[in-house]
Amino acid sequence: MIVELGHFALLLALLVAVLQMVVPFWGAQKGWLSWMAMAAPAAVAQSLLLAFSFCALTYAFVTSDFSVRLVALNSHTLKPMLYKVTGVWGNHEGSMLLWCLILALFGALVAIFGTNLPSRLKARVLAVQASVGVAFLCFLIFTSNPFLRLVSPPMNGQDLNPLLQDPGLAFHPPFLYVGYVGLSMSFSFAVAALIEGRVDAAWGRWVRPWTLLAWLNLTIGIALGSWWAYYELGWGGFWFWDPVENASFMPWLIAAALLHSAIVVEKREALKSWTILLAILAFGFSLIGAFIVRSGVLTSVHAFANDPERGVYLLGITALFMGGALTLYAARAGAMQAKGVFSTVSRESALVLNNVLLAVSSFVVFIGTIWPLVAEMAFDRKVSVGPPFFDAAFTPFMILLAILLPVGSILPWKRAKLDRALKPLWPALLAAFGIAAFVWTLQTGRTMLAPIGALLGSWLVLGAATDLWVRSGRGGLASKLARAWRLPRADWGRAVAHAGFGVTIFGIAALLAWEVEDVRTANIGETYEVGRYEATLVDVREVQGPNYVSTMAWIRIARDGREAATLTPESRFYPVAGMPTTEAAIDNGVFRDLYVVIGDAQADGSWAVRTFVKPFANWIWAGAIIMSIGGLLSLTDRRYRVAAGARKNAAPVPAE
Amino acid sequence: MIRAALIWLALAGAAFAVEPDEILDDPVLEERARELSKGIRCLVCRNESIDESNAELARDLRILVRERLVEGDTDDQVIDFLVSRYGEYVLLTPRATGANLVLWVAAPVLLLGGLGIAVVYLRSRRKSDAPDALSEEEKARLADLMGE
Repeated sequence: MIVELGHFALLLALLVAVLQMVVPFWGAQKGWLSWMAMAAPAAVAQSLLLAFSFCALTYAFVTSDFSVRLVALNSHTLKPMLYKVTGVWGNHEGSMLLWCLILALFGALVAIFGTNLPSRLKARVLAVQASVGVAFLCFLIFTSNPFLRLVSPPMNGQDLNPLLQDPGLAFHPPFLYVGYVGLSMSFSFAVAALIEGRVDAAWGRWVRPWTLLAWLNLTIGIALGSWWAYYELGWGGFWFWDPVENASFMPWLIAAALLHSAIVVEKREALKSWTILLAILAFGFSLIGAFIVRSGVLTSVHAFANDPERGVYLLGITALFMGGALTLYAARAGAMQAKGVFSTVSRESALVLNNVLLAVSSFVVFIGTIWPLVAEMAFDRKVSVGPPFFDAAFTPFMILLAILLPVGSILPWKRAKLDRALKPLWPALLAAFGIAAFVWTLQTGRTMLAPIGALLGSWLVLGAATDLWVRSGRGGLASKLARAWRLPRADWGRAVAHAGFGVTIFGIAALLAWEVEDVRTANIGETYEVGRYEATLVDVREVQGPNYVSTMAWIRIARDGREAATLTPESRFYPVAGMPTTEAAIDNGVFRDLYVVIGDAQADGSWAVRTFVKPFANWIWAGAIIMSIGGLLSLTDRRYRVAAGARKNAAPVPAE
Repeated sequence: MIRAALIWLALAGAAFAVEPDEILDDPVLEERARELSKGIRCLVCRNESIDESNAELARDLRILVRERLVEGDTDDQVIDFLVSRYGEYVLLTPRATGANLVLWVAAPVLLLGGLGIAVVYLRSRRKSDAPDALSEEEKARLADLMGE
């Protein structure tokens, strides 16, 4: 019964979305306030209906209602409760419902918190948002309905893919979807502004928090996915340039560019039409991402949803929204008059450079991702574009970005003297070179990778610190610190996010340069050396888990005779799914991870063991988390809170 | 990435990439084999090199690469041999020939294009940015105000 109600709520949500798309839009065209006013309650109603629908599906999973086709295909009674719940979005249909729910929630947030928006803009934003909702709800209901029943329900389900039964992966999709879908908000604002024909500083201020929210969730989502790959895949790779990965990375890059150019719109009323274009493209890459992941066009073998009909539909959605928005853009962008003037050396120009680097790098990833498809269709060549290409083509952009970033973020608005602006950065630069030289002397006869990573990383971190130092004015240390503490959170956010970028760069460089790997067969009781550590295979035993059987090894790792860790890598078998998984055991540390994997038993009774020392691995994700904390700080800046609150206080006062 | 991983592991079993029995005794040759393997695609996997893959075919290819190296092939000869046998699909780094040139020049061309547009834009702005200096009248007024 609850499942049917959920199904019904889903259909009702579509109906509400259609109304939310048509009525406020027409009202805004005609200037009818009552029609425009329908947008906010409709947005709230739509999200409540979808929330109910989502809860109903969750209920079906939690109670293991195998008469629902989706539950039978993706769940099992023996599965731990956490994974019964996360199993709701561990499949195509359920994740699409989550996508629609988040889409509607964003609309509801604008309806609730957007009290300071002009009513016409608000009506249009919500109408555009609803149009995206209508497209995806139709997609959900007509091609991938999660509520379909089975005529003869099975006794038990087919289990969620064992690899998805993992905390890192369980929470990776919701973050990613908030990111993907959050960009639809920037898109709606951009399209509404184009219809309106007006972009001003206020628009920049409204659109920026949504972009920030989307970006920081995308950052966390990507980091979680990468971290999961690191510990789950059994050899500690953290980034594979896989099409599915690139699908989330391209909107991240464009969103990062959009974040920065929206600042210029907000502070300086320049770069307006470019910012609008970025907002459209950012969501465009989200749609392309959804298409790549769910159509399986770039990935002949695919676990999730390899269905041509779905692919065609998603391509249609992408073409419709991008075609429509870009046509509108072509017609209206000329009307966006820039106001703020600035000279060639200025923060504005630095942000233009930032945008060029981020946007171009995103397009390079895009071209690399779709090239196999293009080459096969247009030139009849079957080629692979793999990590070596992306490493070569993409890395230079990030290096350039890292070199220029501290300079750009310290330049004043409007007009700057380069030598004067650079003066406070000299200590940071010298210190960064010092650190790089120190790193270089520590290692012997290896690549320049680690010193360069240390140089860029410390340059970014120290540059961010210098940024705050300069901004906290003159005077003694105490007064500087007091003033730094009172700086706007946006300033702190910027410094923290930029420092996080530096931490990630250093982490990647150090890991790639200094990783030690050891592959061997070991007998029980045998001790072997890995780098500066001694590892001992203590024991191997069979262990029974809740819904799997496991071969678990105990490996003791010591350094200079002192025990560093005892690790228990496993190789599991999930009988219901008929699938084996490798569970690496990792001793996490600030300066190094110890990473061991147990393989097959050999004919002579020994075991295959793979042992890694991975220096600074955690810095990669720590950097990403620091970046998202920076985003969060920026999001809580006073000007967004005040802008939202000011209206509330002002509203009851009648005009005199 | 994740779904890709699901597939590899599904195909592969719980074993892991380079097996101990494959490793060559000569560390220099082994190092070359590892480097080469990182650029060779595991044909039945998704976007995964034979160095990372657990698949049976990847193992065969790893052993093949090592056999060729032991027989004295140069790196290029090993790659040419693999391409002649499996087509250029086996290379994770596409060769910069014919249409693939588009792929390789995309990054520098787009960057130069982007920078070019940015420079043109910034310069055109600077021209419209003429009223930098104060007019005589404004200077007089400023002097007046400062004088007070």
